[in-house]
Amino acid sequence: MPTKTAIVGVGQTDYRFKRTDVTIQELAVEASRKALEHAGMTLADIDAFVIGVAPDALLGINAVDRWIGEALGVAPRPLLRVNTGGTTGAAAAQAGYAHVASGVAQRVLVVAADKVSESPDAQWVLNTAMDPIYEKSVALNAINMCSLQAVRQMDQYHVTEKQLASVAVRSRKNAQINPHAHLRAPISLEDVLASRYVCWPLKLLDCCPRSSGACAVVMASERVVRKEHSRAAWIRGMGATSNTIYMGDKMGPGRDVDHADWDELAMAAARAYRQAGITDPVHEIDVAEIYAPFTCTEIAAVEALGFANKGMGGVMSEQGMFEMGGAVPVNPSGGVLNANPISATALVRIAEAALQVMGDAGDRQVPGAQRAVATGIGGTLQFHTCMVLANDA
Amino acid sequence: MNQKEQTEAPLIHSGEWKIHYDYAVGETATQFFLRLRDQGKIAGKKCPSCQGVLVPPRAFCERCFVQTEEWVDVGPEGTIEAFTIVYEPFDGLPEPPYAVAYVTLDGATTAMANFVRALDLSDPEVAARQLAVGNRVEAVFADAREGAVTDFYYRLM
Ligand SMILES: [Zn+2]
Repeated sequence: MPTKTAIVGVGQTDYRFKRTDVTIQELAVEASRKALEHAGMTLADIDAFVIGVAPDALLGINAVDRWIGEALGVAPRPLLRVNTGGTTGAAAAQAGYAHVASGVAQRVLVVAADKVSESPDAQWVLNTAMDPIYEKSVALNAINMCSLQAVRQMDQYHVTEKQLASVAVRSRKNAQINPHAHLRAPISLEDVLASRYVCWPLKLLDCCPRSSGACAVVMASERVVRKEHSRAAWIRGMGATSNTIYMGDKMGPGRDVDHADWDELAMAAARAYRQAGITDPVHEIDVAEIYAPFTCTEIAAVEALGFANKGMGGVMSEQGMFEMGGAVPVNPSGGVLNANPISATALVRIAEAALQVMGDAGDRQVPGAQRAVATGIGGTLQFHTCMVLANDA
Repeated sequence: MNQKEQTEAPLIHSGEWKIHYDYAVGETATQFFLRLRDQGKIAGKKCPSCQGVLVPPRAFCERCFVQTEEWVDVGPEGTIEAFTIVYEPFDGLPEPPYAVAYVTLDGATTAMANFVRALDLSDPEVAARQLAVGNRVEAVFADAREGAVTDFYYRLM
């Protein structure tokens, strides 16, 4: 049996377009210090470190873990650097969890940071992450690969641009009550629908910004938690699925999953739910923090998490199911659509879910939240993670 | 230094990565590109286990984890599986607008991405209707080919 593991501290910087007052090191330290403070620990208490940083080329610092690790004062303790693209922050949490659950460490600090604005155009960098032989020269990037998903959703499920827009409007409404969020100005359905096409059918307000910021969490074993902590976000389930880089393999007649859907996320969720004993997610999950950098991706995710039937995610969004006060509030933080410090983004989902079940989410607190789910996605929509957090072990 | 003495904004130091790579594409992609360049044909590789015809071809089937041996010509016609029309300029990427589609070429079991050309993209709604999932396209081969994916593009039929 794995050692029961909980998140006992969360630290986040504000997410902004630029942070010219700090280096990437200093940014990581800022979030780490806050997480340790929230956990009531000092750096000396930590047994092991996990750093999440996505492609180095976004920062323009190769092997940036060497620089951040030093700043955290890890010596002489173990340090891991994790990179699974957009999933990076969640994969780093997965590695931190493995440290504690396996009994290798009692207290682990997981930190992820990014300064996406220091490269001129993230999409150019993300294009270099495509297959260099067959696909890079066709100008694929993170935005148009998600547009491809939206097109298939529209074709198979008649998802509408208005349904997509409802996701953006709700997310922005929530971002207004999250002081960390990058984009907070109110937007209307009309604003979203009138915004210019970036990659059809996704418009500017269907898309996330690129942000700078850092997030850290402290994880501890049951022994530590019982002795030292009055409240904790217990990791009750963790599932992860990976699949091919080739999106075309999820479209042709030979496909086993469809690029319109996130069956891979559904598989990760099934695993996490089974571990957590969740059989009826709509009623048993109180709040969800979903990795959705584009409106269409949230629709695929709510279906994969079992909140809506396949093809119904857009309709349910439009009907208000995922609003604060709805059946399953989604992204009280404002989500990725309103802050995307790429390396840290998936860890932010976990951090926000942890704050919810700890009752520490401030103005964005879902009253009485006991169970939360957090997801991550990365690569060419090929890496998926799902974590269930609860206020009881 | 006293905090108050700092009156200027934090300094910015610029840097640039300019690194050249020579990617060996491997024997499978080499055969694919030579056939494309010299004969104007698109070929996939068949998995002996699941019988899938992988386009673009790969030396092994990811799902079955077996080596692929048999070559199968596919296309030149095919069916649109997904598309996007890019209207936003991105550094290092082509001048917009341009359309990209994943197409299952006839005989293949997977879809391959390429540009869709010879199509007016000025009105997004009109262009999107023409590129609808299920519509038919044909691969058009460039006159001067160099053994790269961009040796062909898709055109609506
Ligand atoms: Zn096979």
